[in-house]
Amino acid sequence: MEKQKTFAAKLVSAPYVFWAALFIITPLFMVVYYAFTDSLGAFSLKNILAISDYAGTILLSVWLGLIATVICLVIAYPIAFIIATSSAPVQRTLVMLTMLPMWMNFLIRTYSWMSILEDTGFINMFLTKVLGIGPLHLINTRAAVVLGMVYNFLPYMILPLYSVMTKMDYSLVEAAQDLGGNKLIVFKSVVLPLSIPGIVSGITMVFVPSVSTFYISQKLGGTSATLIGDVIEMQFQTANNYHLGASLSFILMILIFISLAIMHKFSDDDGEVLI
Amino acid sequence: MNKVKTMGKLYTFLILLFLYAPIFILVLFSFNASHSTSVLSGFSLRWYKELMYDNATLEALKNTIVLAVSSSVLATLIGTGAAVGIFQYKLKWFKSSLLTVTNIPMMNPEIVTGISMMLLFVFVGVLVDKTGVLGFTTLLIAHVTFNLPYVILSVLPKLRQTDKHLSEAAQDLGCTPLQSFFKVVLPAIMPGIITGLIMSFTLSLDDFIISYFVSGPTSQTLPIRIFSMTKKRVTPDMYALSSLIFITVLVLLILVNISQVRGEKKKKAIKRI
Repeated sequence: MEKQKTFAAKLVSAPYVFWAALFIITPLFMVVYYAFTDSLGAFSLKNILAISDYAGTILLSVWLGLIATVICLVIAYPIAFIIATSSAPVQRTLVMLTMLPMWMNFLIRTYSWMSILEDTGFINMFLTKVLGIGPLHLINTRAAVVLGMVYNFLPYMILPLYSVMTKMDYSLVEAAQDLGGNKLIVFKSVVLPLSIPGIVSGITMVFVPSVSTFYISQKLGGTSATLIGDVIEMQFQTANNYHLGASLSFILMILIFISLAIMHKFSDDDGEVLI
Repeated sequence: MNKVKTMGKLYTFLILLFLYAPIFILVLFSFNASHSTSVLSGFSLRWYKELMYDNATLEALKNTIVLAVSSSVLATLIGTGAAVGIFQYKLKWFKSSLLTVTNIPMMNPEIVTGISMMLLFVFVGVLVDKTGVLGFTTLLIAHVTFNLPYVILSVLPKLRQTDKHLSEAAQDLGCTPLQSFFKVVLPAIMPGIITGLIMSFTLSLDDFIISYFVSGPTSQTLPIRIFSMTKKRVTPDMYALSSLIFITVLVLLILVNISQVRGEKKKKAIKRI
């Protein structure tokens, strides 16, 4: 009976095991293979060593990604709290309103920001005609790229924060207040630690796509912000240098996994301190 | 206290304004009389009309829907089987390593997932000496791959919540294991399966980055079509298309919401009785 059950379990999951081996694991080996070979298929470190030429690009990507993530966290935390503490129908509506933009193609939404930020766009029209301040140069700046990242990925920060906050045990907050904690202390020692899982997944969901983006930087940053995603995209779509592209992707992948590992380590440590 | 509440409302309004400003702008310009996407020059429906005659866009829309339906159904079938299997596995290390592998497509940047699959397809193409391997099949494989984790991770929790003794009871009452699965386990995990299916469908519908690397010239999807059009100056017909998609999603969401509220009310009413 038990044996039969295990056999059945193996049988129903077999297609997935094959699928995962073929289309999740093998492609990763392909990246490594292309990263460490030249166009003739011989082992070569040329492309990995060429990474040093792109050190500035990689640093800029990480830097802009970090700024966008921090801004998202700061903006999203209060709004998640407001949503989580409002009445059920309001909560439902606000969550829906937060998710709705995610269903609209991000390319077109980013493109629409161009109409807003352009030198003759909405913001500048408002500034010059209503306030009489000369047009500001907004598009094709690094700030515009960060704005695009914050705009596109903000819902990914709000939703996980909201979901931990709705599960939060508010009697703990009351207990802390009863024990004489002022608002700041209650926030620091109860609310913040309890929302760490949401913060961690929010940071992950914003940082990873921000660091690796290429469309946002092309449209809103112009030549002022070429990111690692742009360089990778170029190797595959125009320059046809798959080997260099693969080695850059390899580095990007390692970078992401290291930062994820560090972050999860931090969150685990915090959890232990709590207990 | 009231002051705090007003501040909260103001803040919520500002965030929503930020999220919806570009959407509002694009809906506005979809009715623009001229070609411009930054200067308004009167109301017209011409871009909606032009959309009806834009064969490439309609073809891309068709491809997108066919791809979203087939990849989400395929991912749901394979993923549900995988979740049931993973749940039953006795080998701890195999179970945990399979779950780790499942997480890879969710953790990896999309651009890396995209190029890694492209490299695999190109490599196989070179091996079998065939050019132009990228097309609908490679798109389908890629979409199933990135949908699978979402199906598995929405079915697994439902399996954990299901009472083990129920299926044993069904078997004691004369069901074969297969019958007890279909009569007891499957209905219990159905909400998870449906969540996975809907998530896969919407992810597939909206995916650009991965599709961009694994699609060929003959298999454009709507996001790829939009991308190639935004390379040049966009005309408002793209905005018209996006507005239509937006309205469709909005209506669907409102319907889902209403049915949820009704369901909850019904439950409450039943409880009262």
